Amino acid sequence: MYGNDFPAPDDAPGGGLLGEVAAAEAALREAAARRRGRAPDPDTDLEAYFADVIDADQKIEPRDWMPEAYRKTLIRQIAQHAHSEIIGMQPEGNWISRAPSLKRKAILLAKVQDEAGHGLYLYAAAETLGISRDELVRLLLDGRQKYSSIFNYPTLTWADVGVIGWLVDGAAIVNQVPLCRCSYGPYARAMIRVCKEESFHQRQGYEILHVLAHGTPDQKAMAQDAVDRWWYPSLAMFGPPDGDSTHSAQSMAWKIKRFSNDELRQRFVDMCVQQAEILGLTLPDPALRWNDERQAYDYTQPDYDELMRVIKGQGPCNRQRMEHRRHAHADGAWVREAATAYAANQAEKKEKVAA
Amino acid sequence: MTEQSPLWEVFVRARRGLAHTHVGSLHAPDAELALRNARDLYTRRQEGVSIWVVSAGAITASSPDEKDAFFDPAADKVYRHPTFYEVPDGVAHL
Repeated sequence: MYGNDFPAPDDAPGGGLLGEVAAAEAALREAAARRRGRAPDPDTDLEAYFADVIDADQKIEPRDWMPEAYRKTLIRQIAQHAHSEIIGMQPEGNWISRAPSLKRKAILLAKVQDEAGHGLYLYAAAETLGISRDELVRLLLDGRQKYSSIFNYPTLTWADVGVIGWLVDGAAIVNQVPLCRCSYGPYARAMIRVCKEESFHQRQGYEILHVLAHGTPDQKAMAQDAVDRWWYPSLAMFGPPDGDSTHSAQSMAWKIKRFSNDELRQRFVDMCVQQAEILGLTLPDPALRWNDERQAYDYTQPDYDELMRVIKGQGPCNRQRMEHRRHAHADGAWVREAATAYAANQAEKKEKVAA
Repeated sequence: MTEQSPLWEVFVRARRGLAHTHVGSLHAPDAELALRNARDLYTRRQEGVSIWVVSAGAITASSPDEKDAFFDPAADKVYRHPTFYEVPDGVAHL
């Protein structure tokens, strides 16, 4: 707490995002307590045992046998997720030194620190699958593993910080809440932690926009401009349309993924419409309208060619993000070396005393 | 490039009266830094009043291969549970 201008959190779990996370946690416990009837013998039929655990909605744990493709898929997905959290610190970090007040600066610092924390929870989860941290860092720095394409867009104004919280974190939450029910235990547990913290991120972004949208005409125009620039890239965060998605079917069967890209995208659009109305801002889609038959909003799809270009490295900031990450890693080398040398030194001293 | 620093498993006691619970892991060159990193990583929102860090290499675990045999001895001892016993009607305080 920095002072009493910070309102106390008023939300107890029960509704909304936190309610969904709590429900996922409860389901995890309930499934774990369930008896699995005549379970296949884990010693004689590894595959049947694995399938049985997944069917029962129980969790696969690090020392369990798992198909090699399941392990690989998880490593790829968790690593990409972790890298996204780490790279995701950059667009917002860009505004820490220029935040409009001490309060906003303290909040933004805490948020960027959270993103680092999320990256670390996820790296730790990936490591339980048998890949080392050094290898994961190397894969990112060499460009052999990806991060979310959204972070290759620039943050041009302070309003972008608000929009990242509202739309980008909002889209991430819609993606991530179902991951709290993922079949791999360490990933599911990391996602529960992450989602609980993300709800603060989304609200702080929404509050920034609400203040701007009810400020001077210039401030409102700045907020609208940021929404105009980020809306379609945010929709693209859910990935290619279902027909073109390469990893979906198998991931669904393994209960790594619970909903399709298009289902999640629709859910996100349906949530945003009313939130935009309260802000008094317009979502930049003239085709956006309620479809009574589908009980959902019709909307214009994002430009998936642009998405593919950004993923392949042609986004506005790809090169800058990777360069910054490589520099940060290299600049930190002396800290890692010093800490290792100090630890070795202390261990040696202890040994001498003991001898 | 320096050698990767060792892995530590982190356990947090959420409140007085509760047991330490495993929350995740992290890398640190020694125990003292592992504790500080654990505080910054796993208790940014006052999630704990006490932290243990244990070198991951120091943990001996039962692996699933021996799961059945390892836990079997408990399976045929239902009499360890109070529900095993029949209580005559009308007995109080039992």
